Amino acid sequence: MTVRALLDNRLLPALAVALIVIALPWFFPSMYYYRIGALVFIFALAVVGLNLLMGFAGQVSLGHAGFLGIGAYAVAIGPTHLGMPSWLSLFAGAAVSGLVAFLVGRPILRLKGHYLAVATLGFGLLVAIVLTNEAQWTGGPDGMSVPRLVLFGWSVRGSDTWYWIAGGTCVVGFLLALNLMHSPTGRALQAVHDSEVAALVLGIDVAGKKLAIFTISAMYASVAGSYLALFNGHVTPDVAGFLRSIELVAMVVLGGMGSIVGSLVGAIVLVVLPQALTVFHEYEQALLGLIVMVFMIFLRRGIVPSLAALIARPRK
Amino acid sequence: MAELLQFVFSGLTVGAIYALVALGFTLIYKSSDIINFAQGEFVMLGGMITVFSALAGMPLVVAAVVSVIATTVIGLALHRCAVAPARGATPVALIMITIGASIFLRGVAQIVFDKRFHSLPPLFSGDPIKIGGAAILPQSLVVLACGAVIVLVLWLFIERTMLGKAVVATAANRLAARLIGVDTRSIVDFSFAVSAAIGAIAGILITPIALTSYDAGTLLALKGFAAAMLGGIGSAPGAVVGGLLIGMIEALSAGYVSSNYKDAVAFLIILGVLIFIPQGLFGRARVDRV
Amino acid sequence: MIVLQTDSLAISFGGVRAIDGVSLSIAAGQVFSIIGPNGSGKTTLFNMVSGLYTPNSGSIRLAGDVVTALAPDQLARRGLSRTFQNLQIFTRMTVLENVMVGRHRHERTGILADLLHWPTVPRQNKATREAALTALARVGLVDSAERAAGSLPYGALKRLEIARALASEPKVLLLDEPAAGCNPTETEDIDRLIRSLVQDGITVVLVEHDMRLVMNISDRVHVLQSGRTLTEGTPEQVRSNPAVIEAYLGVHGTQEAGRALD
Repeated sequence: MTVRALLDNRLLPALAVALIVIALPWFFPSMYYYRIGALVFIFALAVVGLNLLMGFAGQVSLGHAGFLGIGAYAVAIGPTHLGMPSWLSLFAGAAVSGLVAFLVGRPILRLKGHYLAVATLGFGLLVAIVLTNEAQWTGGPDGMSVPRLVLFGWSVRGSDTWYWIAGGTCVVGFLLALNLMHSPTGRALQAVHDSEVAALVLGIDVAGKKLAIFTISAMYASVAGSYLALFNGHVTPDVAGFLRSIELVAMVVLGGMGSIVGSLVGAIVLVVLPQALTVFHEYEQALLGLIVMVFMIFLRRGIVPSLAALIARPRK
Repeated sequence: MAELLQFVFSGLTVGAIYALVALGFTLIYKSSDIINFAQGEFVMLGGMITVFSALAGMPLVVAAVVSVIATTVIGLALHRCAVAPARGATPVALIMITIGASIFLRGVAQIVFDKRFHSLPPLFSGDPIKIGGAAILPQSLVVLACGAVIVLVLWLFIERTMLGKAVVATAANRLAARLIGVDTRSIVDFSFAVSAAIGAIAGILITPIALTSYDAGTLLALKGFAAAMLGGIGSAPGAVVGGLLIGMIEALSAGYVSSNYKDAVAFLIILGVLIFIPQGLFGRARVDRV
Repeated sequence: MIVLQTDSLAISFGGVRAIDGVSLSIAAGQVFSIIGPNGSGKTTLFNMVSGLYTPNSGSIRLAGDVVTALAPDQLARRGLSRTFQNLQIFTRMTVLENVMVGRHRHERTGILADLLHWPTVPRQNKATREAALTALARVGLVDSAERAAGSLPYGALKRLEIARALASEPKVLLLDEPAAGCNPTETEDIDRLIRSLVQDGITVVLVEHDMRLVMNISDRVHVLQSGRTLTEGTPEQVRSNPAVIEAYLGVHGTQEAGRALD
C-alpha cells in the first residue's frame, strides 16, 4: 500500500490517534504531562474542524477563535448566570456557535481569497470585543471563573481525567472528519476547493456546502473551547482573540492543510512549544510569527504531507 | 455643537493616521496585489524606535530620522526576505505571511523594547487651541498638515515622475509592465519601502497624542485596512477619504453611542463593505472571466 | 422536439454589448455547433445558457421550461451539463474521483449520514464508483482511473471533463471547444466520442474553432459575429455562404471545410 493510500484510508488515521492517546500516558513522568496532553487534544479538535474548512474545502477563517470563545464562555455563563448544568451549556454553546456560523457565513462565504480572510478576521475580532465589553455577563477583560463539570453527581477534575475526555473526544472528532472526507459530501467539498464553477455545473450547491462545512467547523471549535474553559476553570476574552485565531491557522498549516493526522501534529508543536519555552516565554509571539512565515514561504504543504511525499519518492 | 466639533477634531486627527496606514496598504496592494498586515507595525516601529533612540541619548530629530530609515529598511527586508520568496503563492498564503511578519515584529518589539506605553513630546508644546468652542491640540494640526503634505507629495510623484508612472503601470498589469522594461521587482521593493516610511512618519506624529506600545500595530493595521476597503482597495484618494471617515465615525460613535465599542466600528465597517459594496466607495466592480 | 431554445438573448458588460439578440432552437438528439470569430460571443452565450451569467434580456428554455435566471447547479439538476474551454479539472483528486463528483446529482446521502458513516454511505460510494468507471470507459480513460488528475496529458484531460459531465447523465451537453489544443489524433477521438454520445440520445451543443470537426459532425451550424447571428444552417449551407466566408472562414478555412465534406 502506498504511503498516500495509507494516509487516505478512512479509519487508519483515527486508529493511529486512538493508539497515541492510549499509549502516551505510559511515558508520562508526572501529572503535568497529562495536562499538556489534554491541551494538545483539545486544540487538535479545534484544528481538525478548521482543517476541514481550510485544507479540505479550500476556504479560510482567520477569526475561528471567535467560536472557541463562544464555546468557552457558554460553559461559564450557562452555569453562573442561567443556572444551566455545564454539560447542557456545552451543547448550547455548540448550538449557538453553529447558529452564528450559519448566519454570519451566509453573506461572507460569498467572498473569496483575501476578502474572505479579512471578513472572518473582522468577525473574530468582533466576538472578542463583545466578550471583553459585556462585563455583567462575561466578567470583562479579566474574564470569569468556570464552574467544574459535574456528570452524574461526580465532579470532573484532574488533568488525567481531562486527558482521557479530550483524547476520546478528539478521536471521535477525527473519525467524523474522516467519514466526511470519504463520502459524497467530502467529494463535493474537495470539488468546491478545486473549481467552484465546475462544481456548480455538476449540480453541487456550492454556497450550501460551504455554509455547512463552516457551521461544522464552528461547532468543532466550540466544543474545544468549552473543554478548554472547563479544564482550566477560568476563561478570559483572549480565548477568542486575534492571536489565538492565528495560532489555530498556524497549527493547520504546520501540520498540513487537509491532513487529518497533520491536525494533531500541528497542535502538538504549537501547544508544546510555549511550554518548552518557559523561561523564554517572551519569545513566544516572535516565534509564532517566525513559524507562520517560514512555513507559508517554504513549507506550505505542511509537515505531514511533506513527509509523506518524501517517503513516497521512488528510490533510484 | 461644541461637543460635536470636538469629536470631529479628534476623529479627523486619528483618521489622518488611518488614512496614512490605508495609503501604505494601497500602495503595496496596487503594485503587487498583496495585503500587507505588517503595515500597522511600521507605524508602531516609527514611534517606538524614536522613543527608545531618544531614551538612549539621541536628539529627538535625529531619533526620528533614524526611526524612519530603520523602519524603511525593515519594510524593504519584509519584501525581500518574506514576500518575494513566496511569489506565486495564493493571496491567502501571502496574507498569512504578512500576518506572520506582523506578529514577529510585535514579538521582537516586545523583547527589544518593553511592554509599556510610551510617549513623545509634541512638535509644538502648548495649550490646546480653541475653535468654535472645541479644543484642538497643536499636534493634531501637525498631524493633519503632515498628512496632507504626504498625500500631496505622493500624488505629485505618481502623476509627474517617470518612476511614478512605472508604479502605476506595475499596478495595472505586471506582465505588461515587465514587457516594456519596468523592473517590477524593484517597483514592489520601492512601494514596500515608501509604505514603511509613511507608516513610520505617521507613528512619530501620532505618538505624542495617542501614545504607543509594542502591540499598537495590530489594531491600526485593521483600521487602516478597513479604511482602504471603504475607499475602495486600490484607490489612493479612497484610502484618504476612507481613513478620515472611519476616524470620524469612530469618534462620533465613541462619543454618542458607546466608547467601549469604539474599536468595533472599524470591523463592522469592514464586514458591511465586504458584504454590501465590496468595491468600496471609489473602486470599480470587477467582472471575472470564466 | 425542441430541447434547448433561446429567444433574443442579450447581455452587456460595462457598455459592450457582448450578445445582442441571439435566438437558437436546438432539436433533441442533434449536434448543434456555434462558430464565429474570436470575440463574437460564443463563450458568453454558453455561459448564459449554462447559468453562469444572467442575461440582461431574452429568455432560455430547457425542454420547454423557462430557465433564464437559474443557477448552474439548478440547471444541472434539470439535465444540462457542460465542459470548459480552459479546463476546470479537480486537480487535487484522482481521475476517478473527478468523475465520481459528476455523479453528485444522483447521490442520495445527506451530510449527517456522511458524517456518521451510515450504511447507506459505503453503498452510495460503491454505486458512484461503478457509474464513474463506466463513464471513464466511454472516453477510454479507465486505465488512468487511480492517477492524479493533474498528471494526465492535455487531450486526456479534455476527455476527462467530458466523462465527468457524462456521469451526471445530462440530456443536453455543452462542449466548449473540446478540440482546442488537440492534435489530429486527439481530435478524431473527440469526433468519435461525440458521435457515440449522440447515439445515446444526448443533444450536443458545440462551440468550436476546428472547422473540420464542426463540418464533419454537426447537424446544424450557427454562426455568430460581434454578438449577433450571422446565419444558421446545415454545414454545407454555412460553408458556402459568402458572408460567412468573408467574416470568418476565409479562403483557407473554406478549403478545410470543403475537404471535410468531400
